[in-house]
Amino acid sequence: MALALGGYFGGASSTVTNTLINVQDWFSSRFVALQDILSAPRDITTLRQQNSELENEVANLQAQVIQLQQQVGETQLLAALVDFSRARPENTYKAAAVIGRDPSPFLHYVIINRGSNDGILRGMPVVTDQGLVGRVDAVIADAARVQLITDSVSRVNVRLQNAEEEASLIGSVTGDVTLELIPQDANIETGDLVLTSGLGGGYPPDLIVGQIVNVRSRDFDLFQRATVQPVVDFNRLQIVLVIVNFKPVDISPLVPAQ
Amino acid sequence: MRNLIAVPVIVLAVILQSSIVSRITLLSGYADLPLIMVSAWALQSRVDTAWHWAIATGTLVGFISGVPWVVPLAGYVAVVALAKVLQLRVWQAPLLAMFSISLLGTIVIDTLVFASIRFSGASISLQDAFGLQTLPRILLNLVLSIPVYAVMRDLAHWAYPSLEVE
Repeated sequence: MALALGGYFGGASSTVTNTLINVQDWFSSRFVALQDILSAPRDITTLRQQNSELENEVANLQAQVIQLQQQVGETQLLAALVDFSRARPENTYKAAAVIGRDPSPFLHYVIINRGSNDGILRGMPVVTDQGLVGRVDAVIADAARVQLITDSVSRVNVRLQNAEEEASLIGSVTGDVTLELIPQDANIETGDLVLTSGLGGGYPPDLIVGQIVNVRSRDFDLFQRATVQPVVDFNRLQIVLVIVNFKPVDISPLVPAQ
Repeated sequence: MRNLIAVPVIVLAVILQSSIVSRITLLSGYADLPLIMVSAWALQSRVDTAWHWAIATGTLVGFISGVPWVVPLAGYVAVVALAKVLQLRVWQAPLLAMFSISLLGTIVIDTLVFASIRFSGASISLQDAFGLQTLPRILLNLVLSIPVYAVMRDLAHWAYPSLEVE
């Protein structure tokens, strides 16, 4: 004991200890290997379950991302409409969702989910934050039909911002809109902005309609014609604003009978 | 009772037409689901309510559409009349009759709508209307006519089972 404590058996004890440690290491490594082999199938099952759960979670999160993206899009749209309405405090707006289109492709009408119960009346102008959409053509209690400015029967009195000239905006069955009745001496160019003039009482003045993209001027014509690119994308109409404090004026009794 | 099945089917068809089908465009045209549905219903041999369906569908479409209500009403009634004539002549080939009535029905209704728009004062080009709207519409209606005919045939079998036994 005294020799051992004195370190005289150090070499022998270390040899024995190393041997024992190596043996224990051998047993331990073999046990762990055996344990891995025995527990491996259970882990694969667990992993598969976890993988399945994670895949479900990923699918749920992807669905949430899509939903949130839609909400962000709607929020941006509504924010733009709110900004638009704040920029024009003189008007009172009623927001409405576009829920349908005319069953016939020859007519350019949309159905909105606001009607007479919400104060919508026939003739009220309809806009988006981008510009003029059209006007209410028919109303029932909870829905209304809006005639777009691209409709072939639609007529909008407009003015050209740069040229300060009046003209008439006419739709077509294909959805193209053209400016007619532009005086021959009017100096109009591509890119000129087209605004409502307010003449005729059908629309309030200074609503943006579109830009001129093409001018056709021939010497033998009485008037020039121009093609207009509307600022509103009518294929992607989702939410519109009805100007509810505008009362259209019916000037038909003042028009002389032909 | 079996006549009442027309109400939900017609309402559903017009809602689908206004909310979904009218957004699926080819050039400037889109399919006419109520027209195809009424045509397929009128071609079913055991069905005796095709005229009622035409009147109900025409009235509902006329209520929603900006076109005068009498135009779709007259159009759908004319389509049923055409279907009845075709049914007598090509009764052994119902799909051929379905394609024929889709083609003729589209032309009839589009002609009526076109005439009413011209009558209301719009100066529209016949060439544009035919090339950009009627032709794509005919193609889409022909494509749509196959599944719609199958659905309406099953509906007719379900609504008129007793006559099938005879």
